[in-house]
Amino acid sequence: MSTVDDRGAGARRPAPAAAPRPRRGTSRVPVGLLVPAAVGLAALVLPLLGLVVRAPWSTLPSRLAAPGVLTALRLSLETATLATLLSVVLGVPLAWLLARVEFPGRRVVRALVTVPLVLPPVVGGVALLLVFGRKGLLGAWLDSAFGITLPFTTPGVVVAEAFVAMPFLIIAVEGALRGADTRFEEAAATLGAGRWTTFRRVTIPLVAPGIAAGAVLCWARALGEFGATITFAGNYPGITQTMPLAVYQTLEGGDLDGAIVLSLLLLVVSVTILASLRDRWITSP
Amino acid sequence: MRAGWTRGGTAALAVAVTLAVTGCGSNSTSGTGGGDPQSSASSAGVTGSLTVFAAASLTESFTQIGKDFEAANPGSKVTFSFGGSSTLATQINQGAKVDVFASAAPANMKTVTDAGNGDGTPTTFVKNQLVIAVPKGNPKGINGLSDLVKPGVKVALCAATVPCGAAANTALTAANVKLTPVTLEQDVKSALSKVKLGEVDAALVYRTDAKADPSDVDGVEFPESAKAVNEYPIVVLKNAKNKTAAQAFVAYVLSDRGKAVLTQAGFQAP
Repeated sequence: MSTVDDRGAGARRPAPAAAPRPRRGTSRVPVGLLVPAAVGLAALVLPLLGLVVRAPWSTLPSRLAAPGVLTALRLSLETATLATLLSVVLGVPLAWLLARVEFPGRRVVRALVTVPLVLPPVVGGVALLLVFGRKGLLGAWLDSAFGITLPFTTPGVVVAEAFVAMPFLIIAVEGALRGADTRFEEAAATLGAGRWTTFRRVTIPLVAPGIAAGAVLCWARALGEFGATITFAGNYPGITQTMPLAVYQTLEGGDLDGAIVLSLLLLVVSVTILASLRDRWITSP
Repeated sequence: MRAGWTRGGTAALAVAVTLAVTGCGSNSTSGTGGGDPQSSASSAGVTGSLTVFAAASLTESFTQIGKDFEAANPGSKVTFSFGGSSTLATQINQGAKVDVFASAAPANMKTVTDAGNGDGTPTTFVKNQLVIAVPKGNPKGINGLSDLVKPGVKVALCAATVPCGAAANTALTAANVKLTPVTLEQDVKSALSKVKLGEVDAALVYRTDAKADPSDVDGVEFPESAKAVNEYPIVVLKNAKNKTAAQAFVAYVLSDRGKAVLTQAGFQAP
């Protein structure tokens, strides 16, 4: 896939290798940049280090084997994955629309898509309740017509997570679409392919790395989702209590060690999965 | 380039969102301006700011008492943080700068005093018991705990770590009712709000909470609540920045004027 990208980029720009590059060493890093950078790194890493240092290592195995832990972890992984799938199915077409189709109000739609990014997740949860709640605008109809209620159900968790995480995917995919060379799509159209075929056979393979990157970002955000989930879907073990909710409730119950163990587990699982996906799909320069 | 901007914007937004997420869990309180060591006045009025952590069920009555206290003591400022007693106890034990703690149950108070964070012995100032909060007009016709397990009835409870949840479990055990709630809430007010939103058909809350929202909810009394009466202790904390004001506030809660506000809200005398 990347070969197509390279050819596209290479055709546009002259190869940079021709000119001698200035050396970028570590010898001349200004102190004014180095110090805040070091403080910034410490601010990000120290709290995680705190988790590791304070972890009750001796009781760790028995705590990990406690009945509720795996239930919460499995629920978290399942709902985050489903939320990501939902986001891909709905988000990729939306991103395509934003990137490829000129329509009135496109700027407004793009702004609306990013609103959940800046919205506090708790506010998102309240908003979801008002629309999909049992007395909500759509929820009341869903309940009376189909007997479907989302709050306090696992699908409700998926909806809350998708609401918060989908914009990450849309923005990543739209960026990839805008960066992709449209001449391949034009060539496909010239050769008689319809827009749907072009989308399936040319566009999707072209931006697949962008979709993968967006999906990973979306999944990570969904896995950590707390505010919208506890507000919209509630908190019950095995049904709606994902790992972040379990961490919160354990800590609030005064069990600091238990909360540390759960946090550490979530940290290890998410970092492991993200790192393995990164190696496979996303090649950073 | 547009695509470049979009990607940069995403990163910036991601940071902003993360900050918002981490910020939302903490109950911030203003701890500045406290500390008035040379306050010699006891009846002449105290000054300075004062931070009080109080159980969610005390929201309305303590807010009123805080206003009365400030009026009686010009120059004083009371800041409240209301929440689940277990949440507040955890925050105090993790070093939150607080002057007074009022818990909805002795167990959560004990967490704080066992950690050596109490100054003196806690005083029980009120008692409270549970009712079944139902939407106004009681559309599902709930008249007791056994009605809560009827098919199609959704119930919110407090988590067992919070006093209202512990009391609910005691009452349900006493009634021999095996109830599966749809959600376990972190404090009594969020359980009540699920009733007000219409998302659940009933929630076990304190009598005072049902009474505080007469336009939205009805409180259904049930006999087993007598087996799960909560005693509310209050204490000045060891790390209080403004101990004089803290003691004066506790004295005010225990005074006749404080009691009048609490009784009015539906609390029982200890």
